Amino acid sequence: MKEGLKVVVFFSILLGLCSWSFGAEVELIGAGATFPYPLYSKMFDVYHKENGAKINYQAIGSGGGIRQLTNKTVDFGGSDAIMSDKDLQEAGAPVLHIPTCAGAVVVTYKLAGDPELKFAPDVIADIFLGKIKKWSDPRIASMNAGVKLPDTDITVVHRSDGSGTTAIFSSYLSKVSPEWKEKVGAGPSLNWPAGLGGKGNPGVAGLVQQTPGSFGYVELIYALQNKMPYGMIKNKKGNLVKPTIASTSLAANNALPDDMKVDLTDTDAPEGYPISGFTWILVYREQNYANKPEEKAKGLVNLLWWMTHEGQTYAEPLHYAPLSKAAVGKADKLIKSITYKGRPIMK
Amino acid sequence: MNHTIADAAVAASRAKITMQYRWGISEALFRRLLYFAGLVLVVLLMAIFFSLVISSVPALRQFGFRFLIGKTWDPVRGEFGAFAFLVGTLMSSFMALLISMVFSLPVSIFLGEYFRHGNASTFMKSVIELLAGIPSVIYGFWGLFLLVPLVRALEAKLGVAPQGVGIFTSSLVLAVMIIPYASSIGTEVINLVPSDLKEAALSLGATRFEVIRKVVLPYAYSGIFAGVLLALGRALGETMAVTMVIGNSNFLPTSIFSPGNTMASVIANEFTEATGSLYLASLIELALVLFIVTTIINILGKLIIRKMSTGK
Repeated sequence: MKEGLKVVVFFSILLGLCSWSFGAEVELIGAGATFPYPLYSKMFDVYHKENGAKINYQAIGSGGGIRQLTNKTVDFGGSDAIMSDKDLQEAGAPVLHIPTCAGAVVVTYKLAGDPELKFAPDVIADIFLGKIKKWSDPRIASMNAGVKLPDTDITVVHRSDGSGTTAIFSSYLSKVSPEWKEKVGAGPSLNWPAGLGGKGNPGVAGLVQQTPGSFGYVELIYALQNKMPYGMIKNKKGNLVKPTIASTSLAANNALPDDMKVDLTDTDAPEGYPISGFTWILVYREQNYANKPEEKAKGLVNLLWWMTHEGQTYAEPLHYAPLSKAAVGKADKLIKSITYKGRPIMK
Repeated sequence: MNHTIADAAVAASRAKITMQYRWGISEALFRRLLYFAGLVLVVLLMAIFFSLVISSVPALRQFGFRFLIGKTWDPVRGEFGAFAFLVGTLMSSFMALLISMVFSLPVSIFLGEYFRHGNASTFMKSVIELLAGIPSVIYGFWGLFLLVPLVRALEAKLGVAPQGVGIFTSSLVLAVMIIPYASSIGTEVINLVPSDLKEAALSLGATRFEVIRKVVLPYAYSGIFAGVLLALGRALGETMAVTMVIGNSNFLPTSIFSPGNTMASVIANEFTEATGSLYLASLIELALVLFIVTTIINILGKLIIRKMSTGK
């Protein structure tokens, strides 16, 4: 029995030693969306060097970020999706959505000669519904005079893993096609009516690039980095817009709601690219929970302020769209509304 | 002189006593550690099972048996049925098993009977072991960039939709992945066939082929089958490599070339972004179904092995 005790003591000391090395410094923990992860790791690295605060962000996906914030195991969550009413109810207290940057989703394809194609919104929806089956379909051809389209089948490629990219894309399709809205709807994972699934942006890109006649969607930054062809899309105002970092930022340069829980797809912005979306940092408005010290709450507010101001300069070199002026103004108000024991942290 | 000898004797007997004492302690400690390790494994397995059951309660309550026969998996509307994935899992795994057996059995006979020793044998054994050590994501990429175009060309020739990805492709990748498991156990078992049995057959005028067919294989069957079973378990649970080449479509597969999905790959694909308790519970129930399917197949396999070994 004594030996058993010894073993127990030994292991508990070992465990103690393991956990002791953490928590000696004040640090912030975040978890969530994978889409902004390259930008966040750059931002947090610079912030650590400039301000000494250590930020640990785990890219586990938006859904995971929301769950962890709700379980109060992290100081902030990251999400590409707006929390649903049910999520907010489960969170128990008001949660703020603070935008940090914007991203776009592009349609990509594999055709001989990599032509730059133009698409009308309903055409994209009908291709993904499996109703337009051939590249030579007159509805595609009519917008692309001068491009010789082959008489081959369209192989639709979509994301197989749940993702913010799919959420943004399907939200757009739901807005431009009533049939899509009724049959499929919007969300990070869907019951796809047609096509093949690839895991992650690399999986979709792999399938698209090696399947002649394929048609899929990936994040703009992924298409830019891998030099994939992508299509121009007619936006709500009827303008053909090429997806760029500038046109993504412009999608958010219009009237925005105060809580910033806004879907940037199919906005009224005349120069904006229509399949865009914010990515957000999620925090509880009242920071006095789970025995959180005021120091930590202050650190979080300072970090958020830095990310939406100085930190924005790191967005464009990494192919992210920085926040528009209108968006920064709204974010400021949100950050200033964060409280500790009912008193605002930042004046 | 006498003095020192006596001293040495005393010292030696003391040392013996301390050693015995010490040995006694470590004996007990060692035994306890063994019990502990064994118990932990059992507890762990039960804990996994029960936590899966508990976490999938919302889905169990909502869908009941319909979960197993439902063909729709719609996260947006909250309707979850696992039938297509169940079929996809079983189809891809069993097909992989069939394909792999074509290779693993000859390899086992080759290494266990013909080339037991020597450089060629060692080289081949390490190559096979290496196959087992390759991370599955590498198999996935290899399948996606090498096998998929080949399968697409084959499909174009056969006149089916040339998609390249699908259940057939994933079975091919899986087959390569599980060959080491089946073949290394098969080799060991064939190695263990008593040589007097073989010699007896040879002395009666049997050819080498006849010895293998009539003596070695019947003797080693249950062991070979155990290896195949282990390989099947691996195929059922494989995630990453499968998800990259199976096409990830939620429809019920209509042929071996059609795209499909497996339970493991759905879980891996959708778990991170799953919000809402019913969705999460349904994914966990999928894991529970996979757990149960694997258990059933293992138990069936054990029964078959027992029957075969008593039948001899």
